Amino acid sequence: MDINDFRSLITVLGLACFVAICVWAYSKSARAGFEEAARLPFTDDDAPSLAAGRHTKEG
Amino acid sequence: MQSQATYNYNVVRQFSIMTVVWGVVGMLVGVIVAAQLVWPELNLGEWLHFGRLRPLHTNAVIFAFGGCALFATSYFVVQRTCHTPLFAPKLAAFTFWGWQLVIVLAVITLPLGFTSGKEYAELEWPIDILIAVVWVSYAIVFFGTIAKRKTSHIYVANWFFGGFILTVALLHIVNSAALPVTLTKSYSAYAGVQDAMIQWWYGHNAVGFFLTAGFLGMMYYFVPKQAERPVYSYRLSVVHFWALIFTYMWAGPHHLHYTALPDWTQSVGMIFSLILLAPSWGGMINGVMTLSGAWHKLRTDPILKFLITALSFYGMSTFEGPMMSIKTVNALSHYTDWTIGHVHSGALGWVAMISIGSMYYLIPRMYGKTQMYSVGLINAHFWIATIGIVLYIASMWIAGVMQGLMWRATNPDGTLTYSFVEGVKASYPFWTIRLLGGVLFLTGMLIMFYNMVRTMAGEKAYEAPVVAPAAAHA
Repeated sequence: MDINDFRSLITVLGLACFVAICVWAYSKSARAGFEEAARLPFTDDDAPSLAAGRHTKEG
Repeated sequence: MQSQATYNYNVVRQFSIMTVVWGVVGMLVGVIVAAQLVWPELNLGEWLHFGRLRPLHTNAVIFAFGGCALFATSYFVVQRTCHTPLFAPKLAAFTFWGWQLVIVLAVITLPLGFTSGKEYAELEWPIDILIAVVWVSYAIVFFGTIAKRKTSHIYVANWFFGGFILTVALLHIVNSAALPVTLTKSYSAYAGVQDAMIQWWYGHNAVGFFLTAGFLGMMYYFVPKQAERPVYSYRLSVVHFWALIFTYMWAGPHHLHYTALPDWTQSVGMIFSLILLAPSWGGMINGVMTLSGAWHKLRTDPILKFLITALSFYGMSTFEGPMMSIKTVNALSHYTDWTIGHVHSGALGWVAMISIGSMYYLIPRMYGKTQMYSVGLINAHFWIATIGIVLYIASMWIAGVMQGLMWRATNPDGTLTYSFVEGVKASYPFWTIRLLGGVLFLTGMLIMFYNMVRTMAGEKAYEAPVVAPAAAHA
């Protein structure tokens, strides 16, 4: 196999890989996991509560 | 006091403060070089000459202001969404001091004229090595934190931050390969058109990964947080990420249209630049639509105004970019001020505004508060900055198209209609308007600096307790 065949192969594999990711992302099986992941910024409350946190040093 | 574990806010706080400080410095240098174009008498001596200060401006705003904002937000987001303090805290502290040293060395060496002559990669080889060491440490801290996460998923913002960190390491190390001659002089490891191609592979992906992917990481965390609703479509964000990764790498040749670069390579660069419109707009729509059902918040919340306006400018400049990559359009736009206008629509409109919005969210939290000292001043900053950007990019568009048309105009006998200096003369009014836009944007940053100092005044540094992943409640 000549180097240019290899280059073409990589490009085609890259495209196939991307199409596969799109199909997976829009599949039903990925849905529940995505919904869980989308809530990650809200599973911790970053509003500072002075009782729980620590003021370490003069700011 | 209970010995409960706390997040590493210290390094986030340090980077946040320096974001604002370097923002003021970098934009001040920008205003100075803009003034030098209007009043050439301001080129005082060789150290403060336009040619030396211009790379200082670009390095300061991209790597000092933008870089500190990226360190601060990525360290904050990765800890909070992984529910664990930073991995290797001493190494994290090293990334802060190492990065500041890089910036200080840039501030010293660039005006002295030490440069490798590669745009956005001007720093000489000893500093390049320091950047590589800091950056690998950054990757260890970031991916180490992800490895010890307490959640099963890796939130999408971390994917964008991670992609940005890995790619910038690759770009920097490959493009900076050089043969040192003395401590302050080196020659590129590549020659001729290969050198040019590697430089713009680096240069365009610095835009794509440093100035886009990293800041999209900010967008995917701070827009949902500030809007108090999850991202519009998580699966779109996954496709957005991979589409960006797969296409950006190929777009670099559009910086070398009509040069010695092979024609087919130029065409590949143009086509991939056009394809990039799709993921860019997918991401923009995903960010803006996160606000659907909560549009009223935009009326009262100046932080959201910053974040959403940033996305609007992101959409504008990622439409303009692909158009400018079309060869025939590029024949008009290249080497003119249109390019400068395009860059600042992205840099001021997108990068600076998303960073500023994120910093207004972060800074009070670093001191145990939820609000800046003055919300009114955030609002004032927003409007002054927005007017500044509009003046800047509108004047550069007009100047750029005018320059392009004047340079290509020919008389019936084939001679040029205008000499170069006639184009310079015609550009003066627009360079003056650009200066005014820059002064307004800098004024906004000074207001932010004041607001930050008042927010910090008399407050003690705050360390937030590590929260166990709770059941979802949004």
